[in-house]
Amino acid sequence: MKLTKTLMATTALTVAAASAHAQEMADSMTVVSWGGAYQASQKNAYTDPYQEMNEGLEVIWDESLNEAVAKLRAMDEAGNITWDVVDVVAADALRLCDEGLAMEIDPEEDLAAAPDGTSAEEDFGELLVGDCFIPQIVYSTTFGYRTDMVPEGVEAPNDICDVFDLETYPGKRALEKRPINNVEWALLCDGVPKEEVYDVLATAEGQQQALDKLATIKDDVIWWSAGADTPQLLADGEVFMGSTYNGRLFAAIEEQDQPIGMMWDAQVFDLDGWIIPEGLPEDRLARAKDFIMFATDTQRLADQAKYISYGPARASSAPLVGQHAELGIDMAPHMPTDPDNAENTFLYNYEFWADYRDDIDAKFQAWLAQ
Amino acid sequence: MSDVTDATTGKAAPTPDDGLRIADSNDSGPVLAADGTPLKKSLSRTLRRQKMRALLLIAPLLIFVLVTFIVPIVSMLLRSVDNTIVPDTLPQTVSVISEWDPNASDLPDEPVYEALYYDLFLASEAKEHTKLGTRLNYEQTGLSSQFRSVGRDLDEIGEDQIDALEDLAEDTWDNEAFWFDLMRGGENAENTDQDVLDRARARLRALTGDAFTGGTGFLPGAEISALLPRTAYEYASFAVFTAIAEEDVVAEEEPWESVKIALIEELQAGADVSSYNGFGAEELRAAQEMLADQPQQNFKESFLEIDEGWGNPQTWKTINVYKSPYTSGYFLNAADYQLGFDGVEARPENQQIYIKLFMRTLYMSLVITGSCILLGYPVAWILANLPLRTANVLMILVLLPFWTSLLVRTSAWKVLLQQQGVINEILVWLGFVDDANRLILMNNATGTIIAMTHILLPFMILPLYSVMKTIPPSYLRAAKSLGATNVTAFWRVYFPQSVPGIGAGSILVFILSIGYYITPEIVGGTDGVFISNRIAYHISSSLNWGLAAALGTILLVVVLVLYWCYDRIVGIDNVKLGG
Repeated sequence: MKLTKTLMATTALTVAAASAHAQEMADSMTVVSWGGAYQASQKNAYTDPYQEMNEGLEVIWDESLNEAVAKLRAMDEAGNITWDVVDVVAADALRLCDEGLAMEIDPEEDLAAAPDGTSAEEDFGELLVGDCFIPQIVYSTTFGYRTDMVPEGVEAPNDICDVFDLETYPGKRALEKRPINNVEWALLCDGVPKEEVYDVLATAEGQQQALDKLATIKDDVIWWSAGADTPQLLADGEVFMGSTYNGRLFAAIEEQDQPIGMMWDAQVFDLDGWIIPEGLPEDRLARAKDFIMFATDTQRLADQAKYISYGPARASSAPLVGQHAELGIDMAPHMPTDPDNAENTFLYNYEFWADYRDDIDAKFQAWLAQ
Repeated sequence: MSDVTDATTGKAAPTPDDGLRIADSNDSGPVLAADGTPLKKSLSRTLRRQKMRALLLIAPLLIFVLVTFIVPIVSMLLRSVDNTIVPDTLPQTVSVISEWDPNASDLPDEPVYEALYYDLFLASEAKEHTKLGTRLNYEQTGLSSQFRSVGRDLDEIGEDQIDALEDLAEDTWDNEAFWFDLMRGGENAENTDQDVLDRARARLRALTGDAFTGGTGFLPGAEISALLPRTAYEYASFAVFTAIAEEDVVAEEEPWESVKIALIEELQAGADVSSYNGFGAEELRAAQEMLADQPQQNFKESFLEIDEGWGNPQTWKTINVYKSPYTSGYFLNAADYQLGFDGVEARPENQQIYIKLFMRTLYMSLVITGSCILLGYPVAWILANLPLRTANVLMILVLLPFWTSLLVRTSAWKVLLQQQGVINEILVWLGFVDDANRLILMNNATGTIIAMTHILLPFMILPLYSVMKTIPPSYLRAAKSLGATNVTAFWRVYFPQSVPGIGAGSILVFILSIGYYITPEIVGGTDGVFISNRIAYHISSSLNWGLAAALGTILLVVVLVLYWCYDRIVGIDNVKLGG
């Protein structure tokens, strides 16, 4: 009897607290993301369950992410921010933070602790890049190759330097039309030790060295600017190997059954996550924070991996990663963070590229136009 | 309108304008209108009223165009010279750095570093310092992280002196209420210094772009602010920011380190506190006595400790070059030049790209315009000479691409043009092309020209068609009946009449293609991209809007100059979009 009473009282209190809480929160929320399979995975893992918990909440998706940084800046200048949570890569989050366009977060207060009580700060670890970024997934930029185009009697490519080896592996390559990642790989295959890559890249000679190395394959490169390009080029047999995001390759291999193989060597880890724009009105801010708290907890991050092969950003989510929701295959071996895949990896150097991006990009573009 | 002539006198009949002229020329006194006012006045009033009415009619459109088109464009173009972020973020530094000789190899002196400290402290509280870092990083690589790191470590400067000050007595220098009372000169200060508060507001307004109006709950005391001007200024900035930006109560917030540093500096410099007898006089005297034994604050050393980049003369030269509120730097950059330390100089050869891209854009737009004329002319001719019913059906084929998304059409070209694509497959199958040497039709200039010619073709065909429609077929028949051959009849009679259509189509196609960027981005590879692709990159990726604006302005000017040339050579009156 007593127990029931206590239970009822607690429930009543919780409900009252919840409803009082809910009143302060906006009943619609604009989420900005990349569209496609990635956004679908976020919808399935985050917003659908969140909407179930919050009846009457309207979630509006905006897919204009490619111009997110520029748009957010324009919105800020116009004094009318219409976005509530924005999905960006870590480098952009850093820039938005520098520009004062993203809100600073306090991991202890704004993010949920792991189920075993580990604090969020420890759980995300070094992936908490900058002051505004809330990591969600680890993805990698890596190479895929046509298995049926490997010359006879030659081993399938498994070393990053095979990309630069036109003699053993003749054929076109697809590389991203920007210096980031390409110059690192070039230096690595030009004999620069991995730990010295960024020191070398910081010098004008090192930048030239990287471009010279890339020049050895320049005539055989198709430069891509959208992540979907490489899977298409591979599927059509336009290129032999090409770099892209690992999730795109997973979709081409497992979902579309293309004759494509993964080459994980020297894959570059990068992070994707949320930011909350600076200057939201109170009710929308409360909603955004509430959603972020929910959507980045251990279970939710693990859930997303059911729909797409990107690794959850929390250490505590890794053991919970299960099977693909439709294909029923184990997702763990397809994660870039899987020990077998992560033998030789890079982590995108945010500080370096924030400084050198404009400089090296100017040289890279001039080199491309030559 | 031909003049109406009076048959009896042979003079032109009077027009309303003549009324004004008569009123002007009549020297025997003003001609009066029916209501007694001078005719001239009455007429011009009517005219003005008519003009006003006409203006009112077009007002909605005019305002709409102004607000949504002209204003944004002008404000975007102004960014190409705007550099106010440097003097707004570092006002004191900029004013003292002019005493430094940038050609000397020495670093600036202590006062510059001191000014930098106060400027940056406020900027980092308002989170504006990283914006400046991003801005200056376009000019010198590395400044972005240099500003970010200095913002993090700024409050460590002068830690020891601040600790010594706070340890001096309990509940004074670490007490926010004590500071508040000190700076307002006691609870009921008679003389207040509104000026310092206004200066703090203006400083923050310039820095953040926000209005910073509204109450602060703090009025600086006149005596204390005369005694310790820098401390008062820093405290006022702190108070305004705390009360308005952070919406906190000033008296309940601990002052920033920069306020304490300012006080320490001023006391050490010998501010005359002995004759001061307002609130906190005792404590001030005790602090001055204690600080006499403390070392002087050395800002230069502290900055070098945080990041050795502050000891690099290049950093200071860059700030010095970009200290004025307006700069030609973006325009120079857009023309492959740069503002060097010794004046304008060409950019290093391995960074020159924009002139090349401008030339390529113009050249390829001309080629695209030319191929549009070649392909569009026969189509328009057929359309114009077919019976209306058939022509209308065929016209739908011309218009159909208009109703299809640009992206879809470009992607379709990708499928056709790629090396394993439809065209190559057919050619290989027919045996025209060897399987190993398939044609490279895209990811180069060829791809851009093919796809853009197709996409812009309707803009050529439509004006051509509407002009050709008005050329009577009897002219050609007449020419032939007078003995002209088919070629002569076309070339001497038909073609000259269709030139206005070619002119209109060419202007449309040329100007549209100069600004294209989606199609070149998708099928252009590296040597088929236009200047607009770089503009798009600087708008959405590098966020260097100043450079994007400069590139855009140059593009706009080039188009206007070409339009002017066209007008001089061909004459804009000869352009017809329709009958």
